Amino acid sequence: MTSHETVEGLAARVPDGALLAIPPEYSFVPMAMVRALIRRAVRDLHLLAVPTGGLAADMLIGAGCVKTMEAAAVSLGEAGPAPRFTEAVTTGAVVMRDSTCPAVHSALQAAEKGVPFMPLRGLIGSDVLKHRDDWTVVDDPLGEGGGPIVLLPAIRPDVAVFHSPRADTGGNVWVGRRRELVTMVHAAKTALVTVETVQETDLLADEATAAGTLPALYVTAIAEAREGAWPLALAGHYDADAEHIRAYARQAKTPDGFRGYLDRHVFAPAVQAAS
Amino acid sequence: MTRSADEFLICVIARMLDGAGHVAVGAASPIPGAAALLMRELTHGRLLVSMIHGRANNPFTDGGREVFDCAGQGRIDVFFLGGAQIDGEANINLVGTGDYPAVDTRFPGSFGSAYMYFVVPKVILFRHEHTRRVFVPKVDFISAPGVSPPGVYRPGGPKALVTGLAVFSFDKDSARFRLESVHPGHTVEEVLDNTGFDVDVREDVPTTPDAEPDRLALLRSTIGAEVADVYPDFAARVLGAAAAGAESPGAG
Repeated sequence: MTSHETVEGLAARVPDGALLAIPPEYSFVPMAMVRALIRRAVRDLHLLAVPTGGLAADMLIGAGCVKTMEAAAVSLGEAGPAPRFTEAVTTGAVVMRDSTCPAVHSALQAAEKGVPFMPLRGLIGSDVLKHRDDWTVVDDPLGEGGGPIVLLPAIRPDVAVFHSPRADTGGNVWVGRRRELVTMVHAAKTALVTVETVQETDLLADEATAAGTLPALYVTAIAEAREGAWPLALAGHYDADAEHIRAYARQAKTPDGFRGYLDRHVFAPAVQAAS
Repeated sequence: MTRSADEFLICVIARMLDGAGHVAVGAASPIPGAAALLMRELTHGRLLVSMIHGRANNPFTDGGREVFDCAGQGRIDVFFLGGAQIDGEANINLVGTGDYPAVDTRFPGSFGSAYMYFVVPKVILFRHEHTRRVFVPKVDFISAPGVSPPGVYRPGGPKALVTGLAVFSFDKDSARFRLESVHPGHTVEEVLDNTGFDVDVREDVPTTPDAEPDRLALLRSTIGAEVADVYPDFAARVLGAAAAGAESPGAG
């Protein structure tokens, strides 16, 4: 049975040291939850971006919540480099495990299927492969096409988080076409979801909405968070606050500037009351 | 008609898409994205364009993995990649300079390159900045290699390189670029001086044809609004007023 809680309650469910999966910038990023995680001062996270990271990863890294980061890339998109990520990786404060987009998707699919690994084309001869001691190259054991192929171990996150436009009272969550969220949650041990609104109507009752719905059986807990993706976009509901993101990109270039940003937008009493 | 350097490059890349069936465009590729949408308009929709991070022009409904699965099956003919560094064997570096993992300068990361470079038949490398800082003898980190030894599954790879100065082709057997044309106002010597590796040079290197006026007009009218859906800042800066009519679509 899916539990209905507050955002702070959800953040309290993420233990220190967890392998935490977060969505990419274009897909339902739970920014209200990220702010709550920073307030809760979670530590030593192993952060997995599915498959790329942006503002959420940068803020968690800047706030000292992250020990290792696995991603195909981390950036603020058109707002430029992710400043806290860039500094933390350059100084070695965070250990980066460089990947490539389909490797993250495939490793989660392995976990989703309950199989130990997934093969993937490409990668051979890259330094991405060279620096991943958890990936293995084998000769195609079935001989189909022959040659070497990379095996990626399944990734099973402890917790997956995202922000959706809506859930129903039964705990089913709308994801629409953002099906990387489905894979991410299927692969994870627990899923914590914030939503704009909780509706009475069962999302599984109508075939049209059922097809875009993550069923409650995978969802550990839900909290309402209005504009919970802000300042990022929630596709189909609101646009990104591009001005705010550009301002963040400027301010977060220095540790002091970043701290000032957190004081205004994460720790300020009005912000906490709103979430 | 006067045109900007970006508009010129959009027209150069658009010509390279002639005859392609399906082109996919990634997150950080506004100029290739605009070129693809321009060519779709010119072919009356015969060219299928998939913008993998937009809402409009994004046909994928099975999550982030779908574009890679689609490419792995050979359903995507053309893709674009760039590089903070690119070397003479077409190795690309999207990760950082210096001694990995203790890099001096860190870039976002390899994105899907370590896979797409292998499976998409025609990868066009694009990098506006043409300097020895970018075009280095040997990249510091290989996000994706330009060529693979025999026995490695490699239906895809680099076919061309477009820069702010010139157009090159790439031959996988010799693992070398060949200078095919130099942009108006630039010289072969200038191109070679700013390239940190040895390249082949075709005889009597022609000047890259300038932007076609009818295509420029199309770019500024119809295409700008579409580009703005995925790259709003770029559209506003390069394609001007067109972006004003490009609000994101409403609830859906």
